[in-house]
Amino acid sequence: MSAKTRLPVGQEAIQLKGWFNAHRFLLLRRLSQAFFLLLFLLGPWFGIWWVVGTLAGSRTFEVLPLTDPLVLAQSIVAGHLPEVTALVGAVIVLAVYALIGGRVYCSWVCPINPITDAAHWLHERLGLQKGWQPKRTTRFWILGTVLLVSAITGTVAWELINPITMLHRGLIFGMGFVWALVVAIFLFDLVVSRRGWCSHICPVGAFYSLVGTKSVLRVSAVNRVDCDDCMDCYAVCPENHVISPALKGKDGETPLILSPDCTNCGRCIDVCSVDVFAFTHRYDNRAKKTVSTAVDAATEQAA
Amino acid sequence: MSATGKPRSVDRRRFLTDTARMAGGCAVAGTLLAYLARDARALPAEALRPPGALPESDFLSACIRCGLCVRDCPYDTLKLAELGEDGPATGTPYFTARTVPCEMCDDIPCVEACPTGALDPGLKNIDDARMGTAVLVDQENCLNFLGLRCDVCYRVCPVIDEAITLEPSHNTRSGHHAIFSPTVHADHCTGCGVCERSCVLPDAAIKVLPTRLARGSSAEHYLKGWEEKERKGAPVVEGIIDLPDRMPEIPGTSSEVPAFEPAFKLPGGGQ
Ligand code: SF4
Ligand code: SF4
Ligand code: SF4
Ligand code: SF4
Ligand code: SF4
Repeated sequence: MSAKTRLPVGQEAIQLKGWFNAHRFLLLRRLSQAFFLLLFLLGPWFGIWWVVGTLAGSRTFEVLPLTDPLVLAQSIVAGHLPEVTALVGAVIVLAVYALIGGRVYCSWVCPINPITDAAHWLHERLGLQKGWQPKRTTRFWILGTVLLVSAITGTVAWELINPITMLHRGLIFGMGFVWALVVAIFLFDLVVSRRGWCSHICPVGAFYSLVGTKSVLRVSAVNRVDCDDCMDCYAVCPENHVISPALKGKDGETPLILSPDCTNCGRCIDVCSVDVFAFTHRYDNRAKKTVSTAVDAATEQAA
Repeated sequence: MSATGKPRSVDRRRFLTDTARMAGGCAVAGTLLAYLARDARALPAEALRPPGALPESDFLSACIRCGLCVRDCPYDTLKLAELGEDGPATGTPYFTARTVPCEMCDDIPCVEACPTGALDPGLKNIDDARMGTAVLVDQENCLNFLGLRCDVCYRVCPVIDEAITLEPSHNTRSGHHAIFSPTVHADHCTGCGVCERSCVLPDAAIKVLPTRLARGSSAEHYLKGWEEKERKGAPVVEGIIDLPDRMPEIPGTSSEVPAFEPAFKLPGGGQ
């Protein structure tokens, strides 16, 4: 098997499913990221004001308010009772992410994600070391600190340095010094800590993972019996500790990836040559029991 | 993470050190963040908040930096502070009177747009806005103060004759002209900045300052006799009619009140 594991990540999937199918969710995700950015840019660029505002707060078609719940939470602990519009906007956002998985925000919407993904791509290309890997709980500590500082100082504290809203605002309203922040995150992920920002530091990601704990949309290792241990999913997953419990579960244990850290990015579905993973809902506990012939086909082709 | 055969105390010790380390790290990071937050509170004097903005410290807890107010301002008055600018807290809306003042829209769209109430929806009449207070900061360069009739700031004021008036006084330089000094009445000035924008000088002689800089405050215990008298409809202290008038002493003379002689007489006798 050693020859096979040396294949570049996803190579087998490309051979078996074709390049397009092996990048389906990655492409969709990039489209989605571009789509959400474009929605906000339609106004300033083309004068089409369907969506006004930024990720922190916006108004769509003059009626639908959306508010970033974490920003609003900071405002509330800082001592301001917001108007109904902002509260309604935050509840809508919370409800959506509670349903589809909080970190869907991270992988499908957040403008920092393409940057950290790019850093990771280069990191792999250059074959760099993992670097500093802070504990997974770090981001929750940071989240707590942010709320605490907001409460103590009476300001929306994280917004003083939040690269997500700053970058978004920068793209829409004008950049200022924000590019330096973006470069800093890129370099941090590239040379200091592999997947450092999104998977270890960002309190926004931490917040959304809390929001999505009970989310309905889930990735499931339905065909885990077909898994040939190529490890490609572990290699592409930004939070790869979430995979084992589902993939390596015994019969009777759920094949669902239940960790709220999973970003529902779907990359594991893409790169798996034997289609172990699939999107489903959290009440779907079915796991296939018999090995399919796809595995034999895969080993034959690889040989 | 339950212990796998290890004594419990090792686990607990690890847990405690980890927690301590995290808490320590967070304390340091939190302190830095708090320091930044404190720094961001200093709003520079030339940056004015939009109409209805809550007092600065409340505003900083209320504004989510969404930019909706900026978008709905038809005059492009408002800007969002950018990172790295030595100005208002990053992302918050402000305007600079000399660049684009607030045109005091009747329907106040900026307030209407704000989803959080950082711009107080209770502000219904734009004349009640208090974004700052105009001050005639430079009497030495103000053309009206030099005895000319510029009057621009007075004429452009949306609250003309209430927020700003022209107070005539004798022009002692020419001797027979009047000076019309532009005078701001803080009770009515909205701080829109139109006067500052319109001042014809290269640097405006009238500037809108945050009210905390523009104004002093009157002492609480200080009663203005004439107001009290009016309120009472009679002298405040019965029996006191007048106080003796004092004139300055003139060097080289006795302290006797001298007969008044004007220092300068108009040719031809005047009055
Ligand atoms: S972890 Fe943070 S920066 Fe990364 S994608 Fe999620 S929200 Fe964005
Ligand atoms: S488990 Fe799959 S969907 Fe979830 S984050 Fe990892 S690669 Fe993405
Ligand atoms: S009152 Fe009108 S001009 Fe003034 S800031 Fe608001 S929207 Fe802009
Ligand atoms: S609309 Fe309100 S919350 Fe949004 S940037 Fe303006 S003042 Fe702040
Ligand atoms: S700032 Fe100037 S123009 Fe505006 S109300 Fe005050 S005096 Fe009038």
